[in-house]
Amino acid sequence: MSKQRKAAVLVSGGLDSMLAVRVLQEQGIHVEGINFYTGFCVEGHTHAIRKKDQQKDKRNNALWVAEQLGIKLHIVDIIEEYKEVLINPKHGYGANMNPCLDCKIFMVKKAVEWMVKKGFDFIATGEVVGQRPMSQRKDTMPVVANESGAEELLLRPLCAKNLPPSLPEREGWVDRESLYDFSGRTRKPQMALAKEFGFEEYATPAGGCCFLTDERYSVKLVDLWNARGSRDYEMDDIMLLKVGRHLRPAPHFKMIVSREEGENHFLQGYKNRYTTMYCSDFTGPLVLIDGSASEEDLELAGRITARFGKGKSAPEVTIVVREPGAEPREIKVAPLPPSQVDKGWYI
Amino acid sequence: MAHYTIDTKGLLCPMPVIRLQDRAETLQPGDQLEVLSSDPGALNDIPAWCRINGHSVLKKGQEGREVRVVVELGNGTFSS
Repeated sequence: MSKQRKAAVLVSGGLDSMLAVRVLQEQGIHVEGINFYTGFCVEGHTHAIRKKDQQKDKRNNALWVAEQLGIKLHIVDIIEEYKEVLINPKHGYGANMNPCLDCKIFMVKKAVEWMVKKGFDFIATGEVVGQRPMSQRKDTMPVVANESGAEELLLRPLCAKNLPPSLPEREGWVDRESLYDFSGRTRKPQMALAKEFGFEEYATPAGGCCFLTDERYSVKLVDLWNARGSRDYEMDDIMLLKVGRHLRPAPHFKMIVSREEGENHFLQGYKNRYTTMYCSDFTGPLVLIDGSASEEDLELAGRITARFGKGKSAPEVTIVVREPGAEPREIKVAPLPPSQVDKGWYI
Repeated sequence: MAHYTIDTKGLLCPMPVIRLQDRAETLQPGDQLEVLSSDPGALNDIPAWCRINGHSVLKKGQEGREVRVVVELGNGTFSS
């Protein structure tokens, strides 16, 4: 009896990787999933923060997919290492700050390391040639295989017949004839195969899984880098870019204004690291100040804070300012009239 | 059998699962790990992770904004 081969499949939680796993399982391959967490994954975060979304049935799609398929899933934290990918992408960015090709190369490279460490035989992905404008093109898919170091050990079961045979195919670990020849942006073949496998439910495919593909998010990230004069970030920075309204009234400080109770609670978690403020005599947002704000800046920020609260029409309100390591103090300000809130402050 | 606690409050999913997974790799079957989290998503994600990795959830609940899940490590066999 021949040895059962083992494949590590990159599982995103979407349909394509789900299908790739099942195609290999059909051939008797032992499959385990790897899911990489960059910090920019959309998965669940806004659900966790915003109150209106907390009632929604929330699940991690990669875990859900693994459970449906009966495979183990290994979630790998690559937040720190991913910085270099985002800050200096060799192959550049997509439409926004999404370094899709470098990202895919990096993830496959990490999967290769995992494969070697765990004694697996090859890597597989749910990639389909021609499906994505940057990382899944006929000319870039070999780049992923080469630059990741996976070389011929990278198999794409959904489009294998459109590519030269990989080692698992040539060695007969998998039957090439039973693999697929999907190509292009159409989702119909995947949906048909999902039906064939009896998958009645799966996550909405493609594109929406990474904040870096989001234009508004990308603008905020670039603003952060410009303001700091450095293309660097910490986990807190990228989390905070997902929350609230962002206004920059001056180059050296930014305000993050919560939009609802859930965001208020979330920003509270940062009160020991950032200056925060809120209006104490009317309902309103919690505001976090990022940067070095002078007393004059804090007064302006207080006036803007008041503008977003119920006291916006009052002649004067009390703003509580809490700076890290200091006792909270109060300042009296006149809410800024809407006409004086410069549209250019919004990031 | 030993009981350990990991505090993941302030982290959003899947980080609580990652912290649990990484800690579990250093422990033995039968050991218990109590995970504290501020993300209600942990109430779904940790049990899902346990089911696919052959571990058991002994207790889970939420008090105010704090989520608490107690996991007993199994032998790594898929249990769904």
